[in-house]
Amino acid sequence: MEQTSNKVIVSLKDIFVRFDGEVILNHINLDIHEKEFVTILGPSGCGKTTTLRIIGGFVNPESGDVIFDGTRINGMPPHKRNVNTVFQKYSLFPHLNVYDNVAFGLKLKKLPKDEIKQKVKKMLAVVDLKGYEKRPVQKLSGGQQQRVAIARALVCDPEIVLLDEPLGALDLQLRKDMQLELKEIQRSTQTTFIYVTHDQEEALTMSDRVVVMNNGVIEQIGTPEEVYNEPVNAFVADFIGEANILNGTMIADQRIRILGKELPCVDKGFGKNAPVDVVIRPEDINITSVEEGQLAGVVEKVTFKGVHYEMSVRCGKCEILVHSTKSAAIGTTVGLSVVPFNIQIMNKLLPFYDNVIEAVVGYGSEEENYFEFPLEDETVRVEGHFYPEGTALRITLPPEALSLAGDGMGDLQDVYIESVVYKGEHNEIILESDERKWLMLSDTDEQVATYVPLSFDFSKATFETVNAAQEEK
Amino acid sequence: MKSKLLSLPYIVWMLVFTMIPLVMIGVTAFTDNSGCFSVDAFVSAFQYTNIFLKSLWIALLSTVICLLLAYPLAYIICQMRPSTQKTVIMLMMIPMWMNFLLRIYAWVLLLQNGGPLDTLLSAIGIHGDYSNNTAAVVVGMVYEYLPFMLLPIYTVMGKIDKSLIEAAQDLGSNKASVFRRVILPLSIPGVISGITMVFVPSASTFVVAQYLGGTDDIMIGDVIDKIFFTNNHIGAALSLVLMVFILLFLVLMNKFGDEEAIA
Repeated sequence: MEQTSNKVIVSLKDIFVRFDGEVILNHINLDIHEKEFVTILGPSGCGKTTTLRIIGGFVNPESGDVIFDGTRINGMPPHKRNVNTVFQKYSLFPHLNVYDNVAFGLKLKKLPKDEIKQKVKKMLAVVDLKGYEKRPVQKLSGGQQQRVAIARALVCDPEIVLLDEPLGALDLQLRKDMQLELKEIQRSTQTTFIYVTHDQEEALTMSDRVVVMNNGVIEQIGTPEEVYNEPVNAFVADFIGEANILNGTMIADQRIRILGKELPCVDKGFGKNAPVDVVIRPEDINITSVEEGQLAGVVEKVTFKGVHYEMSVRCGKCEILVHSTKSAAIGTTVGLSVVPFNIQIMNKLLPFYDNVIEAVVGYGSEEENYFEFPLEDETVRVEGHFYPEGTALRITLPPEALSLAGDGMGDLQDVYIESVVYKGEHNEIILESDERKWLMLSDTDEQVATYVPLSFDFSKATFETVNAAQEEK
Repeated sequence: MKSKLLSLPYIVWMLVFTMIPLVMIGVTAFTDNSGCFSVDAFVSAFQYTNIFLKSLWIALLSTVICLLLAYPLAYIICQMRPSTQKTVIMLMMIPMWMNFLLRIYAWVLLLQNGGPLDTLLSAIGIHGDYSNNTAAVVVGMVYEYLPFMLLPIYTVMGKIDKSLIEAAQDLGSNKASVFRRVILPLSIPGVISGITMVFVPSASTFVVAQYLGGTDDIMIGDVIDKIFFTNNHIGAALSLVLMVFILLFLVLMNKFGDEEAIA
């Protein structure tokens, strides 16, 4: 951290990328400082690799600027950029040995032979591969190939090294060793590293700053401590580390109601009675006697994890995860308490809870008691209700009225799953269709960044006719 | 044990249809009409040295021309969209479904005096003989064997990992140097198998020269074809010599290929 200067080396301004009509990056802005280790973290399909490829020059944004050292470099081909990449699958040249792989970039720079030899030797020593010069790369282990790839990028003395999930193919122990080694290499070479991963632990271990992305936007940028301790929303809290994320209401400044109890907290400025998301890390919850606790619950599960016990405590309908050095017997009622500082309040991911759609009836049949209305290029049929053609309606669908349908079924096809957050009772799933977002409750864990058909249960919906006069008002 | 049992039919096949005929050819080559050991057939075979060398020369020329045509073509095809690639490869393959003799005969018609090419060039004042010479034989051979050069090169080139090309660009390669430093060395195995697949059959081919070549453009395959009816000892001897040459060529190519893979 102390090594990072304040000079911005690369800056992405209002970057927008679309492939085949699908938005990959939705107007992102990002500044990266000299000598900084920045990690771009997010689930697969969030746009992190595309962000890296824009800096590398392999993808050109549809709009927005890439500024490198004060100069706009949009459209500059990769070979003219002073940036080198460590690719996900290493991409070592199979027809060259270790030495020639590492020397590849230097030979292109037309450096004298002696200098190339000296630099390659030095770099192989840095990545701990002394004496491997003549080995064919296919004969190396995954970790060794990884090191060759890093040496090949670093030896060119780039201003930025881009790393695209470089540890993904390694086993856990090797990953952990390599994480520390990478950080050490970055520190000793004083180079800017931009690292892409979906592994939150990796991001927290190595980075000076973490950029959390989801669905083509940057959710939060901050130091590892900041994104862990002060996540800006439920997505970040859920993605990084373990967390209890609960629905809460701000009673007043510094007063929050969760699980039916009022608790003191430190956040303010959300407005009176505002619905909020609350995150409490499992290690911040203390087990107390029932009388002393702010909340009370029944212990349902206890697992010994070495440093602590992991307990699942049921408070009413909600399941709360607690990490504690003290254990409690299953079935006993315990008190739970949290210091106000450790209750993190966040704005809701969506500004609404119930899904409200405005629609005009396209066709209605009184005798068969149904009507149809157009919704995002599809026709939705509502059984059990009748409104004549042309009626303007406001339909309110609570989250529990939404469900994911099987293939080829459903009222809306191909709805994108943007996030899935467990709220102690249900998963709250945020979906994105062509024109709007939806909130849905589900007890199953859905895969984010996939497309699913969505169907509506209109027996749980409420219908209101909207008259023209009301509209004008 | 089980794998040995499974390979038995193939071993029997090889024995009956490859090894025994090979031994028979060897025996025929080293005997005379009375069945005694003799090297007369080889001595007589020497009279065909010129034809032999010319055949190898034509085969070599055809192979080189095939390579010069097929390599850039394979490279261009690999740059196309996958669906277009399939179509182009299909178009290259379709003529191969036609009978070999018909295709050669089509060339005879195209190149003969008064044929389409002659008529066309005469109209703009160029006169000449396009048929019955060595050039026509080479044209026929190139046409015949081009797909055998294209396919292996295309297959190998198409399998080159795109990320290797990106890695080369990332390290400072422009288009020309990506080609020279990555695509060319990695496509060598395809080139080697293409050369083998074209040179070997074209060295021993027959009929092409009979139809398209002049009177002195007879190839060793044609000689073997004819001579077997009158003197099978010389025919067998010629076949053996040709086999040895092809074998030498294959060994050479493999050696070259191995070195290329290590370098």
